[in-house]
Amino acid sequence: MTTAVTSKETVNKINSSNISFTKNNLSKVDKKDAKLSLAHIYVAFTALLLGGLAGLLQVFVRSGQFKLPFGIGYYQVLTVHGVLLGLILTTFFIMGFQFAAISRTAGAFSNTQRKLGWIGFWLMTIGTISAAVMVLLNEASVLYTFYAPLQAHWIFYLGLTLVVVGSWLECLAQAMRYAQWRRENKGQTSPLLTFMVVVNNLMWFVATLGVAAEVLFQLLPWSLGFVERIDVLLSRTLFWYFGHALVYFWLLPAYMIWYVVIPKVIGGKIFSDALSRLSFMLFLILSVPVGIHHQFTEPGIDGFWKFLQTVLTFFVVVPSLMTAFSMFATFELRGRELGGKGVLGWFKNLPWKDSRFLVPFIGMVAFIPGGAGGIVNASYQMNELIHNTIWVTGHFHLTVATAVVLTYFGAAYWLIPHLTGRKLTNKLNNYANVTGIMWAIGMFIMSGAMHIAGLLGAPRRSEFSTYGGSEQATEWISYQIAQAVGGTILFIAILLIIGVVVNLLWFAPKGEEEFPVGEVAEGAGKTPAILENFKVWGVILVALILIAYTIPIIDIIRNSPLGSVGYKFW
Amino acid sequence: MHIHKYEKWWLVFGTGTLIVFLLIIGVSAFHAGTHPNNSKWTINYEKVNEIAPFDNPGVHKVEGKDWDYEVVLVASAFSYNPMEIEIPVGSTVRFIATTTDVVHGFEVAGTNINMMLEPGYVSEKITTVDKVGEYTVVCNEYCGTGHAMMYSTLKVVDSDDNSSH
Repeated sequence: MTTAVTSKETVNKINSSNISFTKNNLSKVDKKDAKLSLAHIYVAFTALLLGGLAGLLQVFVRSGQFKLPFGIGYYQVLTVHGVLLGLILTTFFIMGFQFAAISRTAGAFSNTQRKLGWIGFWLMTIGTISAAVMVLLNEASVLYTFYAPLQAHWIFYLGLTLVVVGSWLECLAQAMRYAQWRRENKGQTSPLLTFMVVVNNLMWFVATLGVAAEVLFQLLPWSLGFVERIDVLLSRTLFWYFGHALVYFWLLPAYMIWYVVIPKVIGGKIFSDALSRLSFMLFLILSVPVGIHHQFTEPGIDGFWKFLQTVLTFFVVVPSLMTAFSMFATFELRGRELGGKGVLGWFKNLPWKDSRFLVPFIGMVAFIPGGAGGIVNASYQMNELIHNTIWVTGHFHLTVATAVVLTYFGAAYWLIPHLTGRKLTNKLNNYANVTGIMWAIGMFIMSGAMHIAGLLGAPRRSEFSTYGGSEQATEWISYQIAQAVGGTILFIAILLIIGVVVNLLWFAPKGEEEFPVGEVAEGAGKTPAILENFKVWGVILVALILIAYTIPIIDIIRNSPLGSVGYKFW
Repeated sequence: MHIHKYEKWWLVFGTGTLIVFLLIIGVSAFHAGTHPNNSKWTINYEKVNEIAPFDNPGVHKVEGKDWDYEVVLVASAFSYNPMEIEIPVGSTVRFIATTTDVVHGFEVAGTNINMMLEPGYVSEKITTVDKVGEYTVVCNEYCGTGHAMMYSTLKVVDSDDNSSH
């Protein structure tokens, strides 16, 4: 009798494990797709290490206590920092994450789609290496915004072009997988994560058209010597047509993780599928026609158009508020489900020891002051007080360099073992939590000091200087020392992050790590089909771009002064 | 599409705040005239030193205009001309500046006098200097190796020094 029971139990066990096995197979990233995704992650974290090192050197130099050896220039190091962290870490991580996200939620890529992805990856990598070589040879110390008429070697511009073109191929591969899903599942709402990837890619494509035009029609012919002069204001305007959407391109993958992954990690549900999609569509249409808010203090653009773009910039607050509401609603619902009582009692029931939650959560908190500072920056004439001061550097170290990257790191801590077939062990999880906490401390000191020094007038992107012994510049120095302290803590955090990542890639015990994808809460309304109608939102996007940019660009071209020859002042 | 009641309140409150902010900025800009530099004045940047008023950089007292002084300033890698600007407190000043080479910044540290100087364009800002003190003018746009060596000084001095005030 005992035997019978045992065998029955065994059968049950086998059955349930079979079921969970099949389920696991469906909920895993395809093995071949995992390789493609991992390739991106190698590049991204290499960029983090090198770019972080460059950042450390910068804060040291700016403290006034340290000089760079071997004739290395401060602005060369600054270019390395900006390009590697702002462009390479982000783009590679985003593309790697997105390949995995689609494979996980819409299904494995076809061979053609995956091949397209690999071609894209190699183009991006070759582009990165070519641009990096030019920076290291000191042929391209033009910072990651490469403003004309400072003129870099043409290979630098070509390298960045390859990064963008490669990313287009990857976007195309991802869009093809989405289209395939739509064909195979007519009339159904697409998987939320896949949908979000497609929106982000569409935004990226429309935005990069601006910088592509700048590089192909202006910078490349000019640096190759085919044309002698360049329209500086036009090149800056095309750059910022791209440049602000670039920051949303960094942000939206973090939003994907907040909206879709975090609810599952904490054991809760997605608050609303429809509202998540709506907020992504709002980001899409408000991403590009706002770039002039980076040019408020520039001549040659009329105040009316600057103000119009101020208004459009401000409206991105709406999807941000929606996101904040959804996140905290998910947290509260889950906290109460676990027995949390009172107005804030649910808060302590959240999984504070789980790095998959804690690390991105720190990012979310940083986004509150980060977003508020952004509103200050975008406030037209208020921008005069902080434009190009180190306040701005402090601002985007809260947004992209905390909110966004901590979310990426928090995701990498489960994504990498998921892709390599390993486990995030308790010990690694604890180290991961330490990275998040150190980041918070380091950034609070560094970014806080940057914000204050910026209000006192300290310029960004500047080597240590006493400005002829000026009293004001003396005031800035103590804040620069604080930045060096914060920056050092951040660099130690980076070393620890690399340690965790290396373990997850090659040394952690074999096992299965979940790729968490949340389900929508019961009682959340059905998703209206309009939210997936790319034609409608595409038309609105193009219309807003035409309204916001046509007349300013015609004005710039029509009133353009004599163009500029190239300068190499470094 | 279903939107939770609290979320509606939250969004109405948020969007309402936004509109108030925009109204304040808009009224301040278009009614009170507090625009940042929006100058449309273009110039041949290679001949700046020959073209008026840049053939004579410095502080000029003017009559019959809405401002009392004109400050004409030329930026080049890596210095400003003039190196020192002195203005009596309380005067209304029109800053007129341009560059002879790459993009530079013109930022009077700790104030809202802050504009980009781009080759081919003249940048302008009219403002009243209402606080005595010595202000550092810094270049806040990366322009090359000597970028952080580029500065000038704005001295806002007691008006007793000047008979007209």
